[in-house]
Amino acid sequence: MKEKLEKIRQAALEKIAGSDALETLNEIRVAYLGKKGELTSVLKGMKDVSAEERPRVGQMVNETRAVIEAKLEETRAALAKKAREEKLRKEVIDVTLPAKKNNVGHKHPNMIALEEVERIFVGMGYEVVEGPEVEYDYYNFEALNIPKGHPARDEQDTFYINDKIVLRSQTSPVQVRTMEKGKLPIRVIAPGRVFRSDEVDATHSPSFHQIEGLVIDKGITFADLKGTLAEFAKELFGEDTKVKFRPHHFPFTEPSAEVDVTCFKCHGEGCRFCKGSGWIEILGCGMVHPNVLRMSGIAPEEYSGFAFGVGLERIALLKYEIDDMRLLYENDIRFLKQF
Amino acid sequence: MNTALSWIKAYVPDLDVTAQEYTDAMTLSGTKVEGYECLDKNLEKIVVGQILSIEKHPDADKLIICQVDIGTKTIQIVTGAPNVKTGDKVPIVLDGGKVAGGHDGGPLPENGIRIKKGKLRGVESDGMMCSIEELGSSRDMYPDAPESGIYILKEDAPVGADAIELLGLRDIVFEYEITSNRVDCYSVLGIAREAAATFRKKFEAPVPEAKGNGEDVHDYASVEVEDSDLCPRYCGRVVKNIKIGPSPEWMQRRLAASGIRPINNLVDITNYVMEEYGQPMHAFDLDTVAGHKIIVKRAKDGDEFQTLDGQMRKLDKNILMINDSEKEIGIAGIMGGENSKITDEVKTVLFESACFDGTNIRLSAKRLGLRTDASGKYEKGLDPNNAEAAINRACQLIEELGCGEVVGGMIDVCAGKPEPRRIPFDSDKINQLLGTDISRKDMISYFGPLELLVDEAAGEVIAPTFRQDLVCEADIAEEVARFFGYDNIPTSLPAGEATTGKLSFKLRVEEAVREVAEFCGFSQGMTYSFESPKVFDKLLLPLDSPLRRTVDILNPLGEDFSIMRTISLSGMLTSLAFNYNRRNKDVKLYELGNIYLPKALPLTELPDERMQMTLGFYGDGDFFTLKGVIEEIFDRLGMRDKITYSPEAGKPFLHPGRQAVISYHQKVMGYLGEVHPEVLDNYDIGDRAYVAVLDMPVVTECASFDRKYEGIAKFPAVTRDISMVMDKEILVGQVEEVIEKKGGRLLESYHMFDLYEGSQIAEGYKSVAYSITFRAKDRTLEDKDVSEIMEKILKELKGMGIELRGFNSGGSK
Repeated sequence: MKEKLEKIRQAALEKIAGSDALETLNEIRVAYLGKKGELTSVLKGMKDVSAEERPRVGQMVNETRAVIEAKLEETRAALAKKAREEKLRKEVIDVTLPAKKNNVGHKHPNMIALEEVERIFVGMGYEVVEGPEVEYDYYNFEALNIPKGHPARDEQDTFYINDKIVLRSQTSPVQVRTMEKGKLPIRVIAPGRVFRSDEVDATHSPSFHQIEGLVIDKGITFADLKGTLAEFAKELFGEDTKVKFRPHHFPFTEPSAEVDVTCFKCHGEGCRFCKGSGWIEILGCGMVHPNVLRMSGIAPEEYSGFAFGVGLERIALLKYEIDDMRLLYENDIRFLKQF
Repeated sequence: MNTALSWIKAYVPDLDVTAQEYTDAMTLSGTKVEGYECLDKNLEKIVVGQILSIEKHPDADKLIICQVDIGTKTIQIVTGAPNVKTGDKVPIVLDGGKVAGGHDGGPLPENGIRIKKGKLRGVESDGMMCSIEELGSSRDMYPDAPESGIYILKEDAPVGADAIELLGLRDIVFEYEITSNRVDCYSVLGIAREAAATFRKKFEAPVPEAKGNGEDVHDYASVEVEDSDLCPRYCGRVVKNIKIGPSPEWMQRRLAASGIRPINNLVDITNYVMEEYGQPMHAFDLDTVAGHKIIVKRAKDGDEFQTLDGQMRKLDKNILMINDSEKEIGIAGIMGGENSKITDEVKTVLFESACFDGTNIRLSAKRLGLRTDASGKYEKGLDPNNAEAAINRACQLIEELGCGEVVGGMIDVCAGKPEPRRIPFDSDKINQLLGTDISRKDMISYFGPLELLVDEAAGEVIAPTFRQDLVCEADIAEEVARFFGYDNIPTSLPAGEATTGKLSFKLRVEEAVREVAEFCGFSQGMTYSFESPKVFDKLLLPLDSPLRRTVDILNPLGEDFSIMRTISLSGMLTSLAFNYNRRNKDVKLYELGNIYLPKALPLTELPDERMQMTLGFYGDGDFFTLKGVIEEIFDRLGMRDKITYSPEAGKPFLHPGRQAVISYHQKVMGYLGEVHPEVLDNYDIGDRAYVAVLDMPVVTECASFDRKYEGIAKFPAVTRDISMVMDKEILVGQVEEVIEKKGGRLLESYHMFDLYEGSQIAEGYKSVAYSITFRAKDRTLEDKDVSEIMEKILKELKGMGIELRGFNSGGSK
């Protein structure tokens, strides 16, 4: 009996070792361990074995079975592994083939610049508000301390619809509309389209965008204006950006200033970009003129505030080194795709 | 405004700064220096030489050999200049020196021209004699220079001296940007006052004093101002026995540096005073003034007048004129008349130094299309008190330069001189506004050089009349800030009540819409808000279309920019055409921009500004690509109910069979479609193009960012697939309506998975297949639940004449 089992074991292991496919392994399993398999038939022959021998033989059969099963499993695993490796080998791709892109569209450079500015000011607690683009003369000029006949009206070359209605030449009328609502304190920025009758060329456009800022509260100072805009400039142009305030004149602010930032190309050393000065002018600002506060129903004795106006295109042109403003309104896809 | 530093230094003698220091400090105190030019930039080693002898060049007919005394030694110079003679003193550039330009007066080379000694036709030349062009200037500015040849210096020029200095070229010309409120700084004296205050140096203004002879000007001429509202002051003085000749060199040099061409003593004096005081002057030949009388009054509509440039000008009743007793002789503040022009034969001159209404001059100059140096000054609104100082200064110069005999007295017609203005001065309030801690004493120290007086008893600052910009305390605060230094003001952030930073709901919706459009491959474009009225024809809009009712611009930049758009498509199609013409493939654009719809015409109130989301593309994709984008947008905006598309959009600019109105909750949101081929032709687009427009105000009303989680289905779904054959005319939308109507609350979703027309299907019919999914929230559906519903659906479809071709259970999911 023992010899018989040993033979079966030998033969089975030999066959297993010689098999190179999962199907063959299965056949082997059936041939030895199946219902009609050799090992099973040995068990069936147990009835001829003496009662004393039975447990021992039974154990031997089970041992043989275990050995064969273990070998079968081991070989199966090896074969499966081999097969998977083969499959992976066949599935090699050329990873340098072109990508399948979703071809996502692009933002307009003006928009990127605007979102950047909005992000900074919203973070400082400013609300983003809007006003009409076709505007009353009153809001565009009069309420901003620019009465009829004031030379500033000419400087801005305004488009008129009639003697009461204009295309707004600045976003500043939104200041007045915000103040008139009477809700204080005020911290807003107002981005939007403005219009001036400049012929189209590389640096001019009859339609462009500004971002107006307005803060009104008790005790707002020129120092607050400086601090706010210095913070803004650092956020927008980089931590090492310096800010220079120069006295200037706007009818609706007093004192007024123009703001230069250190050239972000040369960091102030002077280059072609900043025409050698190391500085680039980016915005106009000032303390809201008491006349403007008064006309909007705010008592200048109690409240003060500051306002500023940034040219959006100017920032976009500077930041992305765009040398011709016309590109912004042609919508050439080869241009837009760069942003 | 351009002014030479030497002229400023004439009034601020202690000023000793480099050009850069001057630029920086002046800019920071509010007188912005735009740039400067050193007149001696490329002039080196140029001295006064005297020609001792001249001999002919042995080998060249056109060259001569000069022995020149340059003080330290005698050098030999070979030149081709035709105009030099023995004894002449000339500028000599020595070996190794530099000149600014060539002798032909062309554009100046950036780095000048280096001069080295060498041989001309075999003869040694140790340097070069200079023409005025080589010195970087021109005959315009140096009228005494010969037309061609070497500049001959004055006889008293010291041999060996620095010729650059002698010619007034050791100077720097600064260009200023003066803000419109600082009328006083449109003058050399105004800038000099600011420079003195900036650098804390003494300011020495000239003291205008013209003695005049014993006669009385009133015996010579009279002035009457009829329209005193436009002429607050008119000052006149008379000069007789005029001797016309060149003005002195120092005056010529200062004018030249400011870009003003020296002409003769009389013209130069008026120009000089205009620069110095910022007050334009006019000189009439008194012998041409009928009745020796000046009358200032408005012109009559339709009058014509010849200005001294020879042009005929059309006048109107708002133009102020200078008349004599018979006729108009000048346009006030803008230009004199041909009929009273000064000639070299002038004997007696009437000087006018007046003050005209700035706004009137500005508007008149604009209407006449005639902006002159004088009108440029007047339109800022001059100080009437300055007129008197200026005319006296001019007469003083006449006397000093000996170019005539000033008659005693001054005619002065004055409607009222402004008084110095008193402004409250509260140093605490100023510090409060600036966020500073500047002592009152320091503040007062800034005022002195600006000629602001302080009345401590009244607590007031008294501003001189030339500072018409100083009105209220904030203006005084700016004066303090300027001289304390904007740079020295500390920085802080606004304290006080916190505010919430946020975007309005409208802006949030726009942001979401932009994002989706970009994810779907559309790039953002921007186009103008104004366009040509011709676009309506290009878009095939009927003549009675309400879109043709536009907000029109009174003063447009030409017809192409003359109306505010009432439809956003034209900009989009123009942009697509622009890309198409540049052979860009597969262009997808979107724009978020306003249209402007008038509420009533003519416009009495502001138009309705409606934000439009416009999508457009050509190339890869079709109608349904765009429809997909619309649905993605609606999905993002939380608009997840049924969107309906009705083919009767009625848009003449779209393909009649490929357009749809988009509705949501029975409200029209916009439209989409393929662009009509005729419109494509009108815009020169050679490919099919598709557009969609969403009216954002309506979309925004339906949008919401609120979301609620509904739980993921726990029980399996049951799916049924049906395939049908139907008349082509039946819209699949009608089939969907049936599915939705009959599907009941167990209906989860449905989608079309096949659409076929062609062989095997009868002509005029199409085959459509739908997969319909049902699910219950609380149990596993049984076959009979679904079968009942399906029966209803199929019955309804059959009623529409739809033939059921196949039906299978699809199984559970």
